[in-house]
Amino acid sequence: MEFVPHTEQQQQEMLAEIGLTMDGLFADIPAHLKAKSFNLPAGLSEMEVRNRLAELAGKNSIDLTLFLGGGFYDHFIPSAVYSIISRSEFYTAYTPYQPELSQGTLQAIYEYQSAICRLTDMEVSNASLYDGGTAMYEAMMMALRITGRNKVIIDDSVNPIYRVMIRSYTRNLQIDLDETRCTNGLANRAEILDKLDDQAAAIIVQNPNFFGCIDDFTDLAKAAHAKGALLLVSCYPISLGILKTPSAMGADIVTGEGQSLGMPMSFGGPYLGFMAARKEHVRKMPGRVVGETTDREGRRAFVLTLQAREQHIRRDKATSNICSNEALCALTALVYLSLLGKKGLKETAQRCADKASYACQRLAAIAGVQPRFKTRWFFNEFVVDLPREAADVIARLIERGFAAGFPLSRYYEGMENSMLICVTEKRTKQEIGMLAEALESVL
Amino acid sequence: MVVEGLLYTKDHEWAKVEGDIVTMGIADYAQEQLGELVFVELPEVGREIAARKEIAVVESSKAAGDVYSPVTGTVTEVNSELTTKPELVNEDCYEGGWICKLKITDKTSLDNLMDAQKYQEYLDTL
Repeated sequence: MEFVPHTEQQQQEMLAEIGLTMDGLFADIPAHLKAKSFNLPAGLSEMEVRNRLAELAGKNSIDLTLFLGGGFYDHFIPSAVYSIISRSEFYTAYTPYQPELSQGTLQAIYEYQSAICRLTDMEVSNASLYDGGTAMYEAMMMALRITGRNKVIIDDSVNPIYRVMIRSYTRNLQIDLDETRCTNGLANRAEILDKLDDQAAAIIVQNPNFFGCIDDFTDLAKAAHAKGALLLVSCYPISLGILKTPSAMGADIVTGEGQSLGMPMSFGGPYLGFMAARKEHVRKMPGRVVGETTDREGRRAFVLTLQAREQHIRRDKATSNICSNEALCALTALVYLSLLGKKGLKETAQRCADKASYACQRLAAIAGVQPRFKTRWFFNEFVVDLPREAADVIARLIERGFAAGFPLSRYYEGMENSMLICVTEKRTKQEIGMLAEALESVL
Repeated sequence: MVVEGLLYTKDHEWAKVEGDIVTMGIADYAQEQLGELVFVELPEVGREIAARKEIAVVESSKAAGDVYSPVTGTVTEVNSELTTKPELVNEDCYEGGWICKLKITDKTSLDNLMDAQKYQEYLDTL
């Protein structure tokens, strides 16, 4: 999209047309609120800008071999994904203000919603949210609206970044946020059931959890429902290629980070939050929803539907202040899933699991390296305990060209020596072997 | 259209008092303003509610409005037919389109309601 500036001359012409001066135009702004100066540096030429940006970009280490996960994953992205989403009709489009005029955009979102429903096996999906953390927050608020209660139980095996986000969103709200402590690799049943009473709106858990372990929350869904509470599950979409779906476990609202569906890892995004729910709760769901209908001549058409949930109609009673979606990221996920197909997604998931399993065995063979949750099944991430501080080991491995993992002490007490390692389908047997050798040499 | 024998609020709810049971719904003026309803969110039976507090939500395709309880009482029955046929509120707001019944717990809450004549006078000022 081109930038269209207005020149000094054009400004004067426009002011003359309406019979005002610039000061007169902004007369309603009190003098003390007007900026004296914007303190902007002098402009740079294109060449200078390129040099400056290249210098900044050069500070990134882009040639590390990645074994880093923790919510964002280094999956292979077919080139066709970029070719398709880069079409200007898609690339420049924002959530349309006259939505029904943009049938292509609405159809893309509708197909995305359908894909998310198939992936999670849930009945309804919204048009997407900002990222996995905000999606979880929105799901939590939705559960509060549905139940009319204000207590939420969240296990600390849920991504710590999401939990930090939820805490900061709810800091000034009257919400009783109860955290339970995962000790054996799975969501802490004893503590959750102890806190689960008739004031609880929801239990929030994640699968695979932050430690990579695979859980089945069927028991928690039953327990929650018996108390009139909901089960909220955050999940890693690639894992759904082979794992039991949250729907089959009895989840009421499913959310997650969609970055793994064709989006590169990048600091700060843009990322993709997805949300799906049972149909009975659709009117309490935040965000836009695209529906299929027929036009006056009986042709298939797409519309924004159930808009009375949204803030431009319901004002202060709206389900959320979100009025947009991550349209391009949602399209990316849709294109990625369409290119892989059901079989391709299953194969990708299986390869991740197989390679992670091999990597865990290979690393555990090193003296002093122990898998922390030995008896648990894991998907493509696992925790190893090292004979020394994990953060220090990780720093040494970066010098050898590996982003070897995530130091769990950053968010968990008593895990100074624990490292979370992730293996995607992109990692080769050779790379895993090289990581093992490098790890052995720095211990 | 205003029906004789009912009581009304300034927010355009109507109430029909029979002993200590009050049947309520939204008045013709309100359904006309909202347009064709697509959804009515009903209260739970057993819920205790004070007069002028939110008791239901009505949604049309382009607007949503809160419905307030005309009296203080306990919800004893809801018109569950509205879950599948919200348009009953448009077609027949004073009969088939009733929203819920309440057992009144504070009779003084009736004092703030208008009779048909006063409500008509109020409508004329809008």
